[in-house]
Amino acid sequence: MATIAAPNRTASPPAPTARVAKRMGRFNRWDTPWFNSKLIIGVVIIAIILLLGVLGQFLWNTKLARTGYSDLNMPPVGLTYTSGMDSLTGTWTNPLGTESSGRDMLALLLVGTPNALLVGLIAGAVGMGVGIVLGFIAGFLGGRVDNVIRLISDVSITIPSLMVLIVIQSIIRSVELSTIALLIAAFAWPSPTRLIRGQVLSMRESGYIQMAKLSGASTFDIMFKEIMPNLIPYLFASFIGNATGAILAAVGLETLGLGPQRIPTLGGTINLAINGSALLRNMWWWWMLPALVLAIVFIGLLLINLGFDEVANPRLRKSSQ
Amino acid sequence: MTNQDKQKPVLTVRNLCVYYETPKGDILAVDGINFELFEGETLGLVGESGCGKSTAAMGILQLVVEPGRIAAGEVILEGKNLLGLPEEEVRQMRWVKLALIPQGAMNSLNPTMTVSAQIKDVIVAHEGRHALKDIKPRILDLLATVGLPGRIVDMFPHELSGGMKQRVCIAMAIAMNPAVIIADESTSALDVVVQRIVAQTLLKVKEQLGVSMIMIGHDMGLMAQMVDRVAVMYAGKIVEIAPVKALFADPKHPYSQLLIESVPSLRERKPLRITEGITHDPRNPPPGCIFQLRCPHVMEQCRQVAPPMRTNKAGQQVACYLYDQSEDGELIHARVAPGNT
Amino acid sequence: MPESLLEIRNATKVYKQRGSGGTRKDVVALQNFSLDIPKNPASIITIAGESGSGKTTLAQVILGFVRLSSGQIIYDGQDMSNANPAQLKNYRRQVQAVFQDPFGVYNPFYRVEHVFNTVIHNFKLASDKSKARSMIEEALNIVGLHGEDVLRKYPHQLSGGQRQRIMMARAYMVKPKLIVADEPVSMVDSSLRATILDVMMRLKNDAGISFVYITHDLSTAYQIGDKIFILYQGGVAETGNTVKVIDHPKHPYVQLLVSSVPEPDPDIKWEGEITLPPEEEMRSSVNSGCRFYPRCPRRSNRCLEAQPSLYHIEDEHDAACFLYESVPGGKPVPAAKSALETT
Repeated sequence: MATIAAPNRTASPPAPTARVAKRMGRFNRWDTPWFNSKLIIGVVIIAIILLLGVLGQFLWNTKLARTGYSDLNMPPVGLTYTSGMDSLTGTWTNPLGTESSGRDMLALLLVGTPNALLVGLIAGAVGMGVGIVLGFIAGFLGGRVDNVIRLISDVSITIPSLMVLIVIQSIIRSVELSTIALLIAAFAWPSPTRLIRGQVLSMRESGYIQMAKLSGASTFDIMFKEIMPNLIPYLFASFIGNATGAILAAVGLETLGLGPQRIPTLGGTINLAINGSALLRNMWWWWMLPALVLAIVFIGLLLINLGFDEVANPRLRKSSQ
Repeated sequence: MTNQDKQKPVLTVRNLCVYYETPKGDILAVDGINFELFEGETLGLVGESGCGKSTAAMGILQLVVEPGRIAAGEVILEGKNLLGLPEEEVRQMRWVKLALIPQGAMNSLNPTMTVSAQIKDVIVAHEGRHALKDIKPRILDLLATVGLPGRIVDMFPHELSGGMKQRVCIAMAIAMNPAVIIADESTSALDVVVQRIVAQTLLKVKEQLGVSMIMIGHDMGLMAQMVDRVAVMYAGKIVEIAPVKALFADPKHPYSQLLIESVPSLRERKPLRITEGITHDPRNPPPGCIFQLRCPHVMEQCRQVAPPMRTNKAGQQVACYLYDQSEDGELIHARVAPGNT
Repeated sequence: MPESLLEIRNATKVYKQRGSGGTRKDVVALQNFSLDIPKNPASIITIAGESGSGKTTLAQVILGFVRLSSGQIIYDGQDMSNANPAQLKNYRRQVQAVFQDPFGVYNPFYRVEHVFNTVIHNFKLASDKSKARSMIEEALNIVGLHGEDVLRKYPHQLSGGQRQRIMMARAYMVKPKLIVADEPVSMVDSSLRATILDVMMRLKNDAGISFVYITHDLSTAYQIGDKIFILYQGGVAETGNTVKVIDHPKHPYVQLLVSSVPEPDPDIKWEGEITLPPEEEMRSSVNSGCRFYPRCPRRSNRCLEAQPSLYHIEDEHDAACFLYESVPGGKPVPAAKSALETT
């Protein structure tokens, strides 16, 4: 082909009509779906929380989370709290105040929040792991195996997990954090199983699987080299959803007093606050601060989920502004 | 053949430009096309995939969505320029004056509504609720026009075959008695015999209602059967417009010649004509003639300035330096030295 | 030494389905289909038909994705229904395919080179990377592409025509004896179809690869096919030499089909109007008798009694229609029992 001289294009196409001009936006080179605001904010929030969890022990004396290490019933710094005839003013020693057993609120938050995330992570991961294995088997093999797995998972979904967990917890009584996580995971596996199974079923019939068979691929090859890589986005999204649900379940249990007693947890703190009549005594920092932190955690996870949805489903994306 | 001097154009498109934004520059999907659609005729718009024919239809109907935009041009229907009208007026003209049978029309039927509900929907949306009074016989009439039996009114789309669904879409398009219908690949996914039935339905509809039609497609065989004139598009530009018999008998533009030659027929076995697709980057078309990279007759002047559209008395137009306009309005071969690439 | 490469004997595939109200409505996708592809010379056998004719089922059966209800597939003398794993793997190597959808056949996660690498790896086609690379390059050149242009790209970055050509290159690279091409050009732009069909012709002529070309487009079949089978609702309507069958169709269905193909000549228009009979008549598969009865302009009572077998009309030309039951000099091709009679 003959080479062509550099094209002499006019500077810009003819001016658009007024109505059309309104719709045009600036075209941004950074306009990849991954950079959408929800995902970024969510990731930042969770990252900060994780960071505080890791670095917290170096920034603040976490031993203060134990009972009796600080003055009782102190309000946050700068505020004054009157109960009866006592009048207490907050100091910088306990910037977020303390509760009726002398536990420092800031220390409690720094220790309890990562614990909450940890529960979500463990339960989410275990649930996902089981879900992947079972979902894959069910979707790929089909037939009776599929029917059995599907029956069990469908029935499990209908069981009200929180109620069962409450019953179990009230029987077992003293628990560790990991025990809670595993118990929650036992109820978290049906959803990923169904999701994975559905995806495997639809991918199984696709052209590239037929091609793989024609290329002499073994069943193992097909499962792990062809189908699995395409499942990764679904796995990730499912994981976040699972983790959120797990944290919620764990916090629910803790708030009811059924969580681990020996280590500080956010839900546990709220439980003690309720039992210690914090509402009546106007000690708002006792229950509101943990609740606020929990809210932030959930919002962060929700934003990640929504942001991920936007990446996976192009129709949800707004046009560039 | 219609004598076009006496006919008035029912739709005029002038210098329509539709561009798509991409990070690396605008894609000139439709780059300044001009044509007229006369009353009662069927104009075929052919070209390979990527040439912009569907985009042109969207542009005419003002249905271009981001990242595309209508950058320039006029679309004159019944004396009004559609591109200058406010959205509400355009919406009123759409379907009532100018209907579309889109690509994959049978998949755009709502699977949860019966046939009659969908046609009712169209009519009520444009005529208001008072149209509901005589709607039943009207729907049956429409279905009869497209050759469908009346009993399908209460059926759902999944109960109908592909050809029937397509004819329902045609019925919806003619429901408002539009002046112009644009049919975009309306028979592409159908079996041969069903395709013939649907195509013949379209022809019958055209005659009965006197609509003018723009048929978009790439099947030259169908074009030969169905249209009066053909506009050949390549990479966003129209390179030739000719009456259908003239185009098949004597295609003038080198690209039209390529198209005609590469159509397989059932009459004779001949060696296959190999072509490539659109070879240049649609963001950066070469200056001069759009076809220069594939043209077997390319000359120096083709590379500098795009050839203007030259017409002859019979209404045949071609944009190619191989042809000059003689004094009496005929197209004659230009006297130039044969070029080489 | 067996003469035929692939022999299909009386292949029948019935899909059992529950109809409404609990009744059993079996769908006979393929009925008594027989085919014989010789080893030499390489040929292109066209299987033509509309949707519902059974041509896709046939492709799936030949490729081993669907099991026959009755009948046999004999490849190189070996009945494939009782083949051992080694023979099955050998079959996979010798029978390849190109499918209709040029996009769905690529795993979107991988680059295009993945389709070549899997074949090379699984069939052990090359001993080291450089040999593999040159194999791939040779295959791509045959279809008119270059490795450096396409191998590192993702499927969505290429055009449909390029993707389909790459699939052809992949099939060729295995050096099979037979390629099943299931509507390879119907989703490719019409201006690019000739390139792909040309590749098929060259593979046949230069590499000796036979094709089973499945299509609904009679024009392309006419251009490249040697022998043709026209299917209607699972059974063969007419078969024989491509030019003979399409120039002088004998079966009323094939006559209708050929006359409905739009001729790219404005002076030759369709003659007359045709209508389809109501859907119920069409769908209630005629349980006995000829399948085409509801639409046939030349039907008679004879057509309701039994299904016609393939009658010989002339050399290399058979049609399944009672009109030709007693053609002088011809004898009916022996027909196997209708599948529906055995249920």
